[in-house]
Amino acid sequence: MSDGKDILNRSTDPAVLQMIAKAEKMGVTTVWDRYDAMTPQCGFGETGLCCRHCLQGPCRINPFGDEPKTGICGASADVMVARGLDRAIAAGTAAHSGHAKHLAHTMLKMAEGKLREYMVKDVEKLKAVAARLNIPVKGRKENEIAFDVAKAALADFHEKDTPVLWATTVVTPGRVKVLTDLGLVPKGIDHEISEIMHRTLYGVDADAVNLLLAGLRCSVADLAGCYMGTDLADILFGTPKPIVTEANLGVIKADAVNIAVHGHNPVLSDVMVFVAKEMEKEAKAAGALGINLVGICCAGNEVMMRHGIPACTHSISQEMAIMTGALDAMVVDYQCIMPSLVTVAECMGTTIVTTMDMCKISGATHMDFSEEAASEKAKEIIRIAIKNFSKRAKRPVDIPNIKTPVVSGFSVEAIVAALSKLDAKDPLKPLIDNIKAGNIRGVCLFAGCNSVKVPQDRNFTVMARKLLKKNVLIVATGCGAGSLMRHGFMNPANVDELCGDGLKAVLTAIGKANNLGGPLPPVLHMGSCVDNSRAVALCVAVANYLGVDTDKLPVVASAAEAVSEKAVSIGAYAVAAGLPTHVGVMLPVLGSPLVTRVLTEKVKDLTGGYFIVDLDPDSSADKLLNAIDARRAGLGLG
Amino acid sequence: MSKPKEIFVRLDRCVGCHTCNIACAVEHSKSKNLFEAISEQPTPKNRVYVEWVPPEHKVPVLCRHCEDAPCMHACISGAISRTKEGVVITNSDKCIGCWTCVMVCPYGVIGRHMETRKAYRCDRCPDLQAPACVDACPTQALVYRTADAFSGDVRQDAAREMISGEGR
Repeated sequence: MSDGKDILNRSTDPAVLQMIAKAEKMGVTTVWDRYDAMTPQCGFGETGLCCRHCLQGPCRINPFGDEPKTGICGASADVMVARGLDRAIAAGTAAHSGHAKHLAHTMLKMAEGKLREYMVKDVEKLKAVAARLNIPVKGRKENEIAFDVAKAALADFHEKDTPVLWATTVVTPGRVKVLTDLGLVPKGIDHEISEIMHRTLYGVDADAVNLLLAGLRCSVADLAGCYMGTDLADILFGTPKPIVTEANLGVIKADAVNIAVHGHNPVLSDVMVFVAKEMEKEAKAAGALGINLVGICCAGNEVMMRHGIPACTHSISQEMAIMTGALDAMVVDYQCIMPSLVTVAECMGTTIVTTMDMCKISGATHMDFSEEAASEKAKEIIRIAIKNFSKRAKRPVDIPNIKTPVVSGFSVEAIVAALSKLDAKDPLKPLIDNIKAGNIRGVCLFAGCNSVKVPQDRNFTVMARKLLKKNVLIVATGCGAGSLMRHGFMNPANVDELCGDGLKAVLTAIGKANNLGGPLPPVLHMGSCVDNSRAVALCVAVANYLGVDTDKLPVVASAAEAVSEKAVSIGAYAVAAGLPTHVGVMLPVLGSPLVTRVLTEKVKDLTGGYFIVDLDPDSSADKLLNAIDARRAGLGLG
Repeated sequence: MSKPKEIFVRLDRCVGCHTCNIACAVEHSKSKNLFEAISEQPTPKNRVYVEWVPPEHKVPVLCRHCEDAPCMHACISGAISRTKEGVVITNSDKCIGCWTCVMVCPYGVIGRHMETRKAYRCDRCPDLQAPACVDACPTQALVYRTADAFSGDVRQDAAREMISGEGR
């Protein structure tokens, strides 16, 4: 049993803390309790020195240098660690590109006229993506172009005559050369994932450096999957524009039918937004104020970026949304959905609805989602929630009265549009000028998850606070964005308190030129975790403008509270793109001094990027500032 | 004076995960932190061993701190003594690395540190409430109790067995 002090250390979000206390009082087991029960964790796993890749195992190598010094097959610590890291990258790549492939199939069916409820929402983006891929645009119907784009997307998954186009067409020409020279251009997204599984099999690749290079190539395939996910979602559901909304558990309404969308893919969540509006009447007939759709994790980010749907919580506190007792249904697709939700939901009267054949959870209600019957399925799901609302009408609920304003929706297109109000002919110029002048010292991308090993949001908020004061422009995605938004970092009213003078002036000038009545928010929300592609796109645009490669820019990235293997693959492609990349939790690599050295030092000679692993947010921020300053010096900027 | 606690092994519980090994080495490091400890010099050493008795038994073995300790009698340099808590310890300053203690130990649980050239063994983690191995053991195969309490539990189990054998 945990004492009060422990509980207060679990999160820095006051709304989440209220719900943790409630769970404790009710005896509901949460992720933090399960972590307590799991510790101390196995040191072999923590250092990457446990291998289960064959049936002779499990093998563990002694990290203190005693026997056993190798696995049964003879694999050294270096090989074991590199193989494990590669498989994590492959898993992350599979997830992001699986999400993109799902969108490609939806787009293809739409282009063939098989779907009533999906259409091209952003023709400009469709044309821009097609042009990038050398797909003819002129004089062709939208659906014809969309058909070719979807076919090109699906073709990028397997080996073919061309490399992965969503990799080679999205980076700088200089980066294409670097990647080509190093043999890091992926041949096919699925091909790279599959090759990682092959080379990490019993008795295949036993050269740690060779393994790490393959991992990097797979991570470039991950960038392709992410970029494709963003492109196709923007075409089908619209490219985000700035939009005002709010975040934290206080967005749940006691008198409304509350439905949370949780997971990742807008194929389902975007339809939910429209169907919820149609179903308002039914909800009112059941005595509710209406239907209140709220977001969790990246499904939440997708609908927030495009429709301003508020976010109720993120990542590690997903169970806490249910603890309010006011959530009538939680609709999930895939990725980051803790199986424990079902148990908590059982205690609180929430129905968890799984919708994807590949992601079912025992104890949840499964309703197979198909694009052909998207609205009908969404209606069925919403009716479950309305029914639950009727049942909970007399039960007391505990909704923390805590929420914060959020300005979201900063796609690259939206950022460029905002900048064009300062310089219509040359929109990037004001950004570049301010970087050169030092008003913007550099750019930091915050991405990734919340980890149970860190007091929730602590690393993100401590680091962002320090970097903003030093005039670093911050963009954020995924649950990193979720974390910062719940703490007011996306509220323009906080620019004065949070930002250094240079950054303050830039954000204010852009806000003024766009008639926003105030500055841009301190941190720009770029979207979900696949939308890390947007950060890459921004880097590439700036690099091309300056005529340098991405590894020369004063741009850094941080997954300050990483959990998912997706964060590992994203981190790896940030390094492949040439960025100093911070990870705020321990990666399971320290069992191999060689792998550790390659990731944190040697890889710099190859791609220009490297990992910074530091668990202390204060010194991490300092290291990122140093990296930014080194890059500025390299460009001859003061 | 209250009776000292000992580290006892519940022989049916060990799954052979070696978590005790890691926890022990980390506790006997300078940093007391795994990620730093693995690169420390001299290398931190674990003092608890997990033996395999095929086909399925895994047995943690560690210094029993014998009442009539052969190592203490055999130590030629007078490095081995017993604390008032009953813990048999080796004074590194006096140890000459002759390994006589290793030779006479009936459990084979005295290690040779080849960097410091000193003998080392379980010290029951004097800085901790319970030894690190006991705290880390995920199946509670290792327990830290007085001999009386441990045998009391064993007697209870045996008594229950006898009763169930009677069909009651």
